[in-house]
Amino acid sequence: MDGQRQKHLVLILAREFASNLSTPTLVADERGYLVFYNEAAENVVGRRFGEVGEMPLDDWLGAFDAKSLAGEPIPPEDRPARVALDQRRPSHLHYIVTSADGIDRELEVTAFPLFAHTEEFVGVVVIFWRN
Amino acid sequence: MPTQVKIWGCRGSVPTPGPETVGYGGNTSCVEIALTDDAALVLDAGTGIRELGFELARRGTRRIYLFLTHLHLDHLEGLRFFAPLWSPDVTLDVWGPCSPLFSLRERIVRAFSPPLFPLDFRDVPAEVRFHDLPGERWESHGLSVSADLVLHPGPTLGYRVETGASSLAYLPDHEPVLAGITGRSADWISGGGVAAGAHVVLHDAQYLDEEYEAKIGWGHSSVGDAVAFYRAVEAGRLVLFHHEPQRSDRALESIGARAQELAGPGEVPPVVAREGMVFELA
Repeated sequence: MDGQRQKHLVLILAREFASNLSTPTLVADERGYLVFYNEAAENVVGRRFGEVGEMPLDDWLGAFDAKSLAGEPIPPEDRPARVALDQRRPSHLHYIVTSADGIDRELEVTAFPLFAHTEEFVGVVVIFWRN
Repeated sequence: MPTQVKIWGCRGSVPTPGPETVGYGGNTSCVEIALTDDAALVLDAGTGIRELGFELARRGTRRIYLFLTHLHLDHLEGLRFFAPLWSPDVTLDVWGPCSPLFSLRERIVRAFSPPLFPLDFRDVPAEVRFHDLPGERWESHGLSVSADLVLHPGPTLGYRVETGASSLAYLPDHEPVLAGITGRSADWISGGGVAAGAHVVLHDAQYLDEEYEAKIGWGHSSVGDAVAFYRAVEAGRLVLFHHEPQRSDRALESIGARAQELAGPGEVPPVVAREGMVFELA
């Protein structure tokens, strides 16, 4: 094993933070790659992160249909994770997702960008609050 | 030709002069990596850099590259008494962590001003240039130095020095266990990037395992966690560094003996850093 790139320390800390939460939480890096989700999120998704591995956040989000409480479809770019990633600002939304098992679940989702030293953008954290 | 590495200070937190620490030394962190008589590479400016400064003056060294892990006093306080700094013939390049608000220069200048010091930084006769890190890899004299932010209170760096054929990781103040070591790939371990596969790792081992529980979050590792880290990053040799100030020579000898027992099959036993210790990188 020769010298290799370490994940940014802020991402390492975000992962550890998420690991200790009972709230479903995922972490994506600055490229928009999902690099971790916690055990609580594994319960929602039904698969361990270790089985899934790193993947584009869009691929992950695409597995769930999203609609407003009024039943209107929500385009990917308006979902909190993409807002935090694309616009680098916090975002919060109360909506309904239909997961792979076909069940509708009402969620509140908070996503926020991570800025490290000198405002370097290093990724986003997305938290799913189950009602 | 092998590159020589010399430890000029390996005590943690505060200098500890006295008869109880003569063997392992009481000076705080400073490591020299030999370049030529004209140039020197130095890691950290704890009080160990004071003696090194006299040696560099004796050699006539005029070009010095100093890499600071962080600005806690035990890694900086020797700089004010570093003889080459007070020579107009010397050029000193200093790398180290900026903070979210202040550059490295602004942060260091604070330590060079009243009431902490009688003189101001503008009184320093050497030509001093500051470089904020993390940043680009530095390369010169056949060596390269890279840095990553690592877990320790406040902005703190770990360094990797590569000679081409060999490598040294320097993590004197580091508490990676806070974000996990065991079961993680090296890229998810604090310091994993600079230490992965390094031939030698100088790593924080300030506490005994039984002391650590009362010191969680203080920024330092236990001997056991240092060993776990070196195994996780598959480093070649572990040098236990940044000794607890209250640790006497006798206590460090005891740690050295215990460290021998910690080595697994096929592993090179960890050694306890000692002031004046010299080793070579191929």
